Amino acid sequence: MADQAVEVKKPKESMFSKKNLKALREPLSSNNPITFQVLGICSALAVTVQMRTALVMSLAVMFVLALSNVGISMLRKHIPSKIRIIVELAVIATLVILVDQILKAYLYDISKQLSVFVGLIITNCILMGRAEAFALQNKPWPSFLDGLGNALGYGWILMTIAVGREILGSGSFMGFKIIPESFYAAGYENMGLMVLAPGAFILLGLLVWVQRTITKTVHE
Amino acid sequence: MHSNFQTFRFAIIITLVCSLLLAAAATLLKPRQVENVKLDIKKNILKSAGITNPDTELTREDIQALYSKNIDECVIDHQGATVEGKTPSDIDPRANSGLMALYQWKEGDNIKAYIIPISGKGLWSTIYGYLAVEPDGETVRGITFYQHGETPGLGGEIEKKWFTDSFVGKKFINSEGKLVSVSIVRGKIKDKVPESEFYHNVDGISGATLTGRGVTKFLKENLKMYDSYFKVVRDAQKGAVNG
Repeated sequence: MADQAVEVKKPKESMFSKKNLKALREPLSSNNPITFQVLGICSALAVTVQMRTALVMSLAVMFVLALSNVGISMLRKHIPSKIRIIVELAVIATLVILVDQILKAYLYDISKQLSVFVGLIITNCILMGRAEAFALQNKPWPSFLDGLGNALGYGWILMTIAVGREILGSGSFMGFKIIPESFYAAGYENMGLMVLAPGAFILLGLLVWVQRTITKTVHE
Repeated sequence: MHSNFQTFRFAIIITLVCSLLLAAAATLLKPRQVENVKLDIKKNILKSAGITNPDTELTREDIQALYSKNIDECVIDHQGATVEGKTPSDIDPRANSGLMALYQWKEGDNIKAYIIPISGKGLWSTIYGYLAVEPDGETVRGITFYQHGETPGLGGEIEKKWFTDSFVGKKFINSEGKLVSVSIVRGKIKDKVPESEFYHNVDGISGATLTGRGVTKFLKENLKMYDSYFKVVRDAQKGAVNG
């Protein structure tokens, strides 16, 4: 209720006010959904073997998260609290299926590689988390920024892990070989561990460490 | 506070809106998705025979044109006889009709390759692909796997070029004319099998032994189904050489 009172007092809050920008910026580092809130780990492990799938996955999550936040925020005064979780799920699931159908029609090869993981965006905790924690209490525009920010925060972690895993595990970047053949001839070998889930865990752990050292955030 | 009536009304409205939206999207995108699946199959048939280079990006029109120019579709039965008046799309994969699809790469009247669909269980999923056979009826010209749910980076490596390339030139018929198929060994063939067997084996994928075992198994089963057809092909070849 306190939030709503503030909204009424200042009806002409600028679109990029400090508060709004905070919603966009915080999830990138100090309140990152993966490294700080430890959400969305499953997909961060599954789709980061290659850069290309990680990129498309991030874009898909961005689309779904931004729009589901806007949709839920617009409905926030009408959603009966008794069934709010199932309504949030319905909005998210609708958007995810839309993305999946569009990928199948226009990016068939990539949709084949992502296989079930696009569908699993529905169960990604970041989406439900943002809907519950932010979109239900805020206006559509800040919710959009919050969704975008969290998707970007999710995306950059995914991409960083994918770069590391693809280079170390397969010796390539975006599918192009970057480790020269002469290295292999000299006895260099791709790190098989990086292709497996433990490799992603190790990189993710390092990222969490680095990020928390920089932002000085400590989990209780 | 919302009354029960309002709650129900809201639930019904949101369900209707969501389902309408999805139904519309699915109906609108369906033709393009179906076309994608068909095109992907054609692309893989072309790729398995080496008609197209896997590195070049082809437009939809290119694939259609190349396919209709080079590939003849036909249907054969278990005895290897051609069934007239049917195309592979008439075969119902669920009905065990005894009919099998066969694609021929023709240049003029010369057959340059036979292409057969292969499929079977890997570790996690059913794997689908195509196997192209040289006109001699015993040598592998190429292989592709276009649909599977194996672990990316492990079993998923079956679709990679380094793996599919290792099948090229292998023979699935031994010197006595018996079907031996091509097997994926665990590890490298030079450590695992005698040199005389190199022709019937390929290197395995490390970390994907079970996927390899599955492929070995279904490849043999699939080749067995086509064995009588390829026997006719081989006999005709021999006849041509001797005569």
